[in-house]
Amino acid sequence: MSLALSIKDLKKTYKSGTVALQGVDLEVKEGGFYALLGPNGAGKTTIIGTIVGLVNKTSGSVKVFGIDIDKDHDKAKTFIGIVPQEININIFENCLDIVVNQAGYYGIPRRAAIPRAEEVLEALGLFEKRNQPSQNLSGGMKRRLMIARALIHQPKFLILDEPTAGVDVELRRGMWEYLRSINKNGVTILLTTHYLEEAEQLCERASIINKGEIVAEGSIKDLVLGHPSGKLEEVFLELTRK
Amino acid sequence: MNREQLLVAFMTIFRKECIRIFRIWPQTILPSLVTSVLYFLIFGKFLSEKIGLIGDYSYIQFVIPGLVMLGVITSSYMNTAFQFFTQKFFMRSIDELLVSPMPPWVIIAGFVSGGIARGIMVGLGTLLIALLFATPVIKHFWVVFIFIFLTSMASSLAGLVNGVYAKKIDGINIVPTFVITPLVYLGGVFYSISILPPIWQTLSKINPVFYIVDGLRYGFLGVSDVSIGISISVLFVISGIFMGINWYLIRTGLGLKQ
Repeated sequence: MSLALSIKDLKKTYKSGTVALQGVDLEVKEGGFYALLGPNGAGKTTIIGTIVGLVNKTSGSVKVFGIDIDKDHDKAKTFIGIVPQEININIFENCLDIVVNQAGYYGIPRRAAIPRAEEVLEALGLFEKRNQPSQNLSGGMKRRLMIARALIHQPKFLILDEPTAGVDVELRRGMWEYLRSINKNGVTILLTTHYLEEAEQLCERASIINKGEIVAEGSIKDLVLGHPSGKLEEVFLELTRK
Repeated sequence: MNREQLLVAFMTIFRKECIRIFRIWPQTILPSLVTSVLYFLIFGKFLSEKIGLIGDYSYIQFVIPGLVMLGVITSSYMNTAFQFFTQKFFMRSIDELLVSPMPPWVIIAGFVSGGIARGIMVGLGTLLIALLFATPVIKHFWVVFIFIFLTSMASSLAGLVNGVYAKKIDGINIVPTFVITPLVYLGGVFYSISILPPIWQTLSKINPVFYIVDGLRYGFLGVSDVSIGISISVLFVISGIFMGINWYLIRTGLGLKQ
C-alpha cells in the first residue's frame, strides 16, 4: 500500500532557539487511521504545521502522497484537510458561508459547494445551524464546523489536531463514528489527541513523540502488548517521563 | 490549480470582502464621508470665500480632488491593513488561506480588490457630498477614474504589507498616523505647491501623495503642477514595489508562519 505521508529526518528550531523537532521520521499508509501522541510541547503541532504549510521546517523532507512539499507544496495541499487545535473560524460569518468559502479557496464554485456543504453539515449535525453566525455555536459545534470546513474539498488526507478537546462524551462518540465512516470510505486520518482512549478506539497505529523525538512507533496493539501493564496510558507515561 | 479554480478562489476572497464592507458600512464607509463633510464645511464653505479664486476655480472646487484622494487613500489602506491583521491575529482564520493551494498572488489580489472596492465607494461618496457644496468640474472623466482606481490599488497594497507584517495592533495604527496622514496633508490636498517657497516645492516632490493628488486634480480641473505621465508612473512604481514585498512576505511566510 502506498504512503499518504512520509516524513524523514524532520528538524525544526524556532527563532527563539527552541528545538521543537530533532529529526522525526514518520510514515502513514494510505487509508490508515494514525495517532500522533505526546505531551504538550512535544512537537505534534509543529509536525502538522509543517505538513500543511504553517511552519517553515529547518531541514528534512515531507512528502504527501509522494509529492515533496519542497517541490510542489500547493499540489500537496490539495490532498490535505486540516482541523487545527485552536478554533479559528470567522465568528461574524454564518456556518454555511464558512464552509462554502473554504471550498472557494480550493477552486470549487459556489453552485457546487453549497449542496456539498449542506451535506457535510447535515452529517455533522449542523444543518439546522447553517444560517446562524458561528459565534452562536457551542464549543463542540464549533469543532464540528471545523471538521466540516476541512472536508468540503473532499481531501484524501485529513489531519485532526485535538479535534475533541473540550467536547462532551456523547458528542465525542458521535464524532468518532463519523471519523470512522469517512476513514472506511478511504480518507487517511492523522490524529493528535490527549485522550488516549480516543486513540485506542480509533487508530490502528500510533507514534509517541517526546521532546521532538519519536520514542515509540507501531500498532497500538503491539505498543500495549509489549508493556507489563497492558495499558496505553502506562506506556505513554513511561515513555514521556524520560 | 487551473485558471478557473484560481478565478473562483480570487472571487471568493473578493466577494467575502465586499459583503463585509457593506455589512459594516457604518465602520467602513460612513467615517470617511463624515470627515469629508467636515472638510468641505470648514475649508470649502467657511474659508473658501476668504481665500477667493485659485486660477479659474473657487477654493472649494480646487480642494475637491484632494479630499476625494484623502478618503480613497485612507480607506483603501485601512481596509487591507486592518482586515488582514484581524484575520491573522485575532481569529487566525488567515491560516485557512495559507493551508489552501492558492498561490500568494491570488491572496494578494483578493484582499487588494476589496480595498479597491472600498476606495472607489468612498471616492464616489465624497464626490456626491461635494455636490452639496459646489458643482465639481470634471474635465477628463477617465483620468479621474484611472487615478482613483490606481490610487486605491497602491494604497491597498501598502496597507496589506502593513497587515501581513504587523505583530501587534499598534503596528496597524502607527503607520497611518505617523506616515500616511503627514504624507497626505503635505501632498497638496489643500494647496498647490506652486505657492510654496522653492525648498518646500522640492521637498513636496519627494512625497508620492503629491503626484497622486496632482494627477487627480488634472482629471478634475485640467491643471497640474507636473506631467500626468509622471504621476501615473509614480503610482505604478509604488504598486510594483508593494506588490513585490507582499508576494515575498506571503511566499516566505515572514510575519505569518512560524
